Amino acid sequence: MDFPFLTLITFIPLVGAIIASLIPGDREREIKWFSVFVSLIPLVLSIVMWALYVQTDGGMQFMEEAVWIPTLNAYYRMGVDGISIPLVFLTTLLTTLSLFYSAYTIKKRVKEFFVLFLMLEMGMIGVFLSLDLVLFYVFWEIGLVPMFLLIGIWGQPKDRPQYSAIKFFLYTLVGSVAMLLAFIAIFLTTGTWNILEISSLGPLADSPALAVAAFWGIFLAFAIKVPMWPFHTWLPDAHTAAPTAGSVILAGVLLKLGGYGFIRILLPFFPALFKQFAPFIGVIALISMIYGALVSMAQWDLKRLIAYSSVSHMGYFTLGLVAAAATLDVSDPLLTSRAIALSGAVLQMFNHGIITGGLFFLVGVIYERTHTRDLKAFGGLSAKLPVYYGVMMMTGLASLGLPGLAGFISELLVFRGAFHIMPTYAIIGVIAIVLTAAYILWKIIQYVFLGEFSEEKWRAIFDPEHWHFSLDMARFEVITMAPLLFFMLLVGVYPAPILNVINAASTAILGSL
Amino acid sequence: MEFFFNLVPLIPLIPLLAFAAIVLFTHRNNRLSSNIAIGGIALSTLVSWGVVLATILAGEHVQVEGWELPIPWLPTGTTVFNTGFAVDGFTAAMLFMVPFVCTMIFIYSQGYMNLGQPNQDPRYARFFAYISLFAAGMLGLVVADNLLLLFISWEVMGLCSYLLIGFWSFRDRDNEQHIDEAQVKRARAAALKAFITTRVGDVLLFSGLALLFSYTGTLTFREIFRPDMLEHLGSISLLGMPAVTVIALLAFGGAVGKSAQFPLHVWLPDAMEGPTPVSALIHAATMVAAGVYLVARMLPLFVAGFETANAPALQWVAVIGAITAFFGATIGLAQDDIKRVLAYSTISQLGYMMMGLGLGSLVAGIFHLLTHAFFKALLFLGSGSVIHGMEHGHHAAGAHGQTSQHDDGFSANDMKTMGGLRHKMPRTFWPYMAGTLALVGIVPFAGFWSKDEILAEAFQRWQESGALGLPFWVWLAGTLGALITALYMGRQIALVFWGEPRHEAATHAHESPNSMTGPLMVLAVFALIGGLANAPFLGSPLHHFMGGVHEASEVVHSATVSFNFAVAGLSTVVALLGLLGGWAIYRNYRAGEVEPFQRWLGPIFTLLRNKYYVDELYQLVIIRPVVWLADQVFNFDNRWVVDPLVNLVGAVGRAAADISLLFDKVAVDSGLVEGTAKAFNAFGGWLRQTQTGRVQNYLLVVAVTVLMLLGLYLYL
Repeated sequence: MDFPFLTLITFIPLVGAIIASLIPGDREREIKWFSVFVSLIPLVLSIVMWALYVQTDGGMQFMEEAVWIPTLNAYYRMGVDGISIPLVFLTTLLTTLSLFYSAYTIKKRVKEFFVLFLMLEMGMIGVFLSLDLVLFYVFWEIGLVPMFLLIGIWGQPKDRPQYSAIKFFLYTLVGSVAMLLAFIAIFLTTGTWNILEISSLGPLADSPALAVAAFWGIFLAFAIKVPMWPFHTWLPDAHTAAPTAGSVILAGVLLKLGGYGFIRILLPFFPALFKQFAPFIGVIALISMIYGALVSMAQWDLKRLIAYSSVSHMGYFTLGLVAAAATLDVSDPLLTSRAIALSGAVLQMFNHGIITGGLFFLVGVIYERTHTRDLKAFGGLSAKLPVYYGVMMMTGLASLGLPGLAGFISELLVFRGAFHIMPTYAIIGVIAIVLTAAYILWKIIQYVFLGEFSEEKWRAIFDPEHWHFSLDMARFEVITMAPLLFFMLLVGVYPAPILNVINAASTAILGSL
Repeated sequence: MEFFFNLVPLIPLIPLLAFAAIVLFTHRNNRLSSNIAIGGIALSTLVSWGVVLATILAGEHVQVEGWELPIPWLPTGTTVFNTGFAVDGFTAAMLFMVPFVCTMIFIYSQGYMNLGQPNQDPRYARFFAYISLFAAGMLGLVVADNLLLLFISWEVMGLCSYLLIGFWSFRDRDNEQHIDEAQVKRARAAALKAFITTRVGDVLLFSGLALLFSYTGTLTFREIFRPDMLEHLGSISLLGMPAVTVIALLAFGGAVGKSAQFPLHVWLPDAMEGPTPVSALIHAATMVAAGVYLVARMLPLFVAGFETANAPALQWVAVIGAITAFFGATIGLAQDDIKRVLAYSTISQLGYMMMGLGLGSLVAGIFHLLTHAFFKALLFLGSGSVIHGMEHGHHAAGAHGQTSQHDDGFSANDMKTMGGLRHKMPRTFWPYMAGTLALVGIVPFAGFWSKDEILAEAFQRWQESGALGLPFWVWLAGTLGALITALYMGRQIALVFWGEPRHEAATHAHESPNSMTGPLMVLAVFALIGGLANAPFLGSPLHHFMGGVHEASEVVHSATVSFNFAVAGLSTVVALLGLLGGWAIYRNYRAGEVEPFQRWLGPIFTLLRNKYYVDELYQLVIIRPVVWLADQVFNFDNRWVVDPLVNLVGAVGRAAADISLLFDKVAVDSGLVEGTAKAFNAFGGWLRQTQTGRVQNYLLVVAVTVLMLLGLYLYL
């Protein structure tokens, strides 16, 4: 038997969580660093796996299969392809960085925090690796609980953490139920939960009405998670309330579960329906992009602004996805355009993970010092915190799609595909690019960093008693950001290492629809 | 010599490395940082000139067909996208000018930022890092063999212009006394305005790029410009036009933003808020030249499918160019800030370049781009030297106790505070005069030859068509523009260099250091003789060198326009009249008087001084509505519709909660969305009890519930 990469990557965090829960609660240091160490193992494994993955083959590799629940015909089926590999890597990377960052910033109920975080990692990775609907669903739900508690317990009291946590939980659950019913309907007609098998069968072909219902059921679950307009309002609340690391994972990984589901499940299951509804979903993508950007522009809370920007940025993902799905033509040059759009969508998820994840860390940097996120309370900070300014500038520029940094490449690919397949949508979509530049530079950079630094204003918000590190970014904060900055630059300058696997998988998926 | 072509990638790479070195390693050492920057750009110039020489020696097979170095970069579906570098006659011509002018500006900056002086800029090293990146962007743009690399370089420049225009957009009261609050605000606004305004153009270019990429599967210039490719692009219909025309117009949109053409010109004058060497950099060798370069490089797309004389995309270029040339010049008449006059002059001169290109003449447009780069860099650096002298004079006057240090009304840029500086700053004055004569177009200075070529081109077109069509209007706008250009320059030199000093600062002004005046003199030489590069009596060498680069496309043809004595004579007379007129009118202007133009023109002068109120219009029609819309959309989202609906559903869900087992487990205990305070309290209490062990139980509950549900559905 081959080395069980996938099982190890998925369950090592669980083992770590169990061990950590056995450490006495007052040994906070040990719990913290043990958790960070544990999270490094899946990170290293995912890098090794990426290196061993045969790039010329876009299909599933490292597959594992075992009977799980015979009465249900449910199997323990795992596998990775070029879509899931970058996302698994993203998950393990962001988890390690989040735990490392939290080791310095989490002060209350340390043990619970780290245990829950490791369980969260297991749930998220499991979703990206499952090839069986039951397994997929279980992992999908497992991820929900720790995040619910992270928001509810470690949220700031003034941000209504309970309300936000329940809203997050219920909203996702509503989608999950709809998805579950659809899965069951599919199982009843095909007799299998195997995602790959169902993809090639084309489920519910003889009952079109049921197929449409199933399509929208699954769509709802993923659309809420992405989130697409108008199912996005849980996001700003959840983000605002969550602790920094929670927001990072929420934006960096949890939203990708929805995106991944679209590509792994909805598109292969119902390509014809997806094509049929593409014009409509495309409109939703455009609304998410532009509406999200406009609402971001109206924010005065830094964290809420970035939360809404996720709605806008994930809209680019949806546009790419829809462009790839809007036709079933597999002859060049259309196939190439579709593959480019889909690769762009996947890369957009990866980029959004590192960029927006980074932005949330950076909100944490200023929040830990001042306990405010009110844009009007800052000003002129570039003179006092030059390193912070530089790092925020670079991350912000990556977010607004400046060429040479990651965001641009995925936007280029998405629009390159969309302009060929649905030019009208693409032309409207580019408006979002201008708006993004406006809210990043006007709201974030200008209000926080430019202008005159006022000692008086600063003293009103900065409390040196509660901050024991350097005024400018502390070493642990720089270390947290460094890998993210590295990937922003790498993907922007030489995207081939990441894009090769994505591209092979997108081409393979589209070719097999 | 062909060996030199292998070094082409180094041309942008060296300044890029200089940028990285300064940012990462040497930013604490000011002198080392600026030396790295200057050394980097100088080295880049050497390599560039080697490449230029190699191109000259290589003859037609490089000058026309080009040398290329493709590099596989991006996997795209079943294909791979190549990026890479290329050199042809056109690129070589740019490579002669860009790095050299940049080098002059870099050297000058060392003096301007007061290296080693007590008032040295506190962000000295950062400045040199930024301008190195700027130069790298422009050089990358010039040697790119494809539109994508060009666009990336283009945006890098956009970023640098943002950073440099906003260079003084924040301050640290402890260390930076000399930056005043109003300046901080202005710099901040100007930087944002520059980025967002050019971004509008960039997005159009980006759309054009994506469309082009979609239809052709490539962005490499040589591939796009193949006749069969152009024909294919022409055969696709988009928005009622051939796709190729749509793409050309979108690309032109990018150029309108970058090269500050009407109606996206508004950012350029405000860009003056950056340090003066930046203005020179932006206005001469880099940023604004990029837009013109883009149109010139993409010229076959503008023409494809039509005769040159009536290609719609090209006509747009000509019309916008003519409008910009004329209106930019008129605004220049009514400005008091020495740099703003030059800024509007740049806008206007860029309009001339676009006019040349719009008439289908690659060489005419680019010739003017090259000569303009030299004399406009000269004028900006000269104005910086004047401002520098005035600032020192201001300090000196303060030291003598004749005026207070915080003389709020004083601005070192205001021409009306100057006067008589030709005696105080002779080493600035003489080069400045060379630049002025070149700009105004007096024989034999550089601008004469290049501007004349554009006007001659328009004139000849007009004669050929025989009607008062577009060429006539272009020619008329150009000639009138030349008159106004001469007028505002006459006004400027009279106010700055002639008359009596109108302020204490001008009385005490003194000459700038050699590191500043040296580059002025070098540039003055080029302002004098630069026109020889394409002088008709030498057989138009530039024309033979780069005129053929678009021949392979079979749509753009290079034909020289013969020198036309009538056109040249008329524009010379007009220029002399304007220059002497402006000079005579303003020579004896005294401080505090209502100026002559204002007396004569009345409300028109007010209109010009306020730049036709375009800024106010944009504020009213675009910026405020967008901000308002953003607020309303947020209200819609958060307060009026979307979120209230969600909460409503939550409330309804709570009423129906006990129908579902799942809902029962999760929700009812804890109270539903937007629950009452009571529900919150209950939930809080429940939450507080939660222990790690309970969490695992809880997880189990969810999993079991799910499986039970499954079972239920299955076996029912």
